[in-house]
Amino acid sequence: MLDVRGIDACYGQSHILFDVSLSLRQGEIVGLLGRNGAGKTTTMKTVGGMLRPKNGTILFEGEDVTGRKPFQLVRRGICYVPDDRRIFADLTVDDNLGIVYRRTREWDRERVYGLFPALREIAGRRAGVLSGGEKAMLAVGRALMSGPKLLLLDEPTEGLAPLIVRALEAQILRLSEAGISILLSEQNLKSSLRLIDRAYIIDNGRIRYQGTAKELENNAEIQRMHLLI
Amino acid sequence: MDFAANLFSAGTLSQILVGLSRTTILFIVSSGMSLILGVLRIPNVAHGSLYMIGAFAAWSVIQYLGGGLPAFLAAMIVAPLIVAAVGFVLERGFFSYLYEREHLMLLLLTFAFMLILGDLVKIVWGPEYRSVTVPAFFQGSAEIFGLPLPWYNLFLLLVGPCIAVFLWLVINRTNLGKIARAAAVDGEMVGAVGINTGWIFAFTFVLGSFLAGLGGALIAPMVNISLGMDHTLIMETFLIVIIGGLGNMWGALLGSLIFGLTQSLGILVWPQFGIAFPYLAVVAVLVVRPRGLLSSTW
Repeated sequence: MLDVRGIDACYGQSHILFDVSLSLRQGEIVGLLGRNGAGKTTTMKTVGGMLRPKNGTILFEGEDVTGRKPFQLVRRGICYVPDDRRIFADLTVDDNLGIVYRRTREWDRERVYGLFPALREIAGRRAGVLSGGEKAMLAVGRALMSGPKLLLLDEPTEGLAPLIVRALEAQILRLSEAGISILLSEQNLKSSLRLIDRAYIIDNGRIRYQGTAKELENNAEIQRMHLLI
Repeated sequence: MDFAANLFSAGTLSQILVGLSRTTILFIVSSGMSLILGVLRIPNVAHGSLYMIGAFAAWSVIQYLGGGLPAFLAAMIVAPLIVAAVGFVLERGFFSYLYEREHLMLLLLTFAFMLILGDLVKIVWGPEYRSVTVPAFFQGSAEIFGLPLPWYNLFLLLVGPCIAVFLWLVINRTNLGKIARAAAVDGEMVGAVGINTGWIFAFTFVLGSFLAGLGGALIAPMVNISLGMDHTLIMETFLIVIIGGLGNMWGALLGSLIFGLTQSLGILVWPQFGIAFPYLAVVAVLVVRPRGLLSSTW
């Protein structure tokens, strides 16, 4: 479904990604694991269209979508959820969901509130005053409004309390069951293993390892070299 | 002391009302600038030129329709629409290509357009003064506390709140307005939820231009419509937007009130230096709150 082939990406003069390739099949949850600064967010942003790759191509459902703008990718079915959430702080929770471009009728506010009942309770509140967990839910819920086929979740559980992490993970699994493919970036191996089918490990802007969740779990060597444990 | 007597008389009150009607014009023009500044991040130096075009266009429409109240009211709508169309061409044709460039480029481009539009006005309308007479309906004055207040000023006092309510509704109650608010804070993220920000920017610029044009049309009967009327106004508008808080609509209202009222009351207190008071108020505000009175979107 998603096929990233040999992309290089730069921020200004600094070269961040080197020949990154990864692929994702329909319905999979694939992890993109790595330390802080390894290039996870840059990879996510490049796939989400916020950063244009210098080289390489990105194929989505067989179509070359390299260099498309974020709004075009959302309309194509790819939606990026940033690690710092970037919810619209001035708007209410309800309006954060309401202004999103809706690709299909399958997703609406009711369905998002059904998935995250806590958001319904605070629908009229200004999003800027929400707690970290609520912001994380809102960021995912907002992305869902666009009816994505592929969600790019950039460290969705970063900075959340363990109990909330568990709750959010349960919702992410439900999304996957609903047929949404997910590329999930994560620093923490242990928590990501509960979700992912396969994983790529990125370090210094290069993909260093790829394998199934099981293989990775049993490979202490790779874990020690590239991840925080 | 005639100083104190001046301050607490009916004259003060009528001067406040005159100040408030002046505030209306300032608010309409500066809210447009603030909107563009907040959402598009363009410090539009050509905003005053759009205001000037609004005044000249209003004159032309009234000439064309032959005067009278209907012609006047039509001009109040058609002239801002003409300016909005100019704004559309500017944004889609020029500014939209520069958003990803250095900020200075946008500023330079707006400066260029201030000069170009100024000359275009000279080519289209010539260098002479133009004037619009207040239609008979608005001529004469109302008696307020024994002092005359021109009907036209009262009309402006009605228009001001209407525009404020209209803007509030557009910004807070329409989807487009909500998106524009979100874009003011995080334009990239608005794109990342599937919205083509290009059209949001165009809409905002057109609305801002419309407001500049409306301000120009409304002031047409009160001043000599002339080349150069953009220069004083652009100064005042920038100061209002700065003391109010960049990109904040209510800041534009507050700033206009401060500017309009200190100007009209200053004349009472010290007639020879009345014009200095608004600028002193600006200095005072910026000393206390350098980032403006209300929260800025910058």
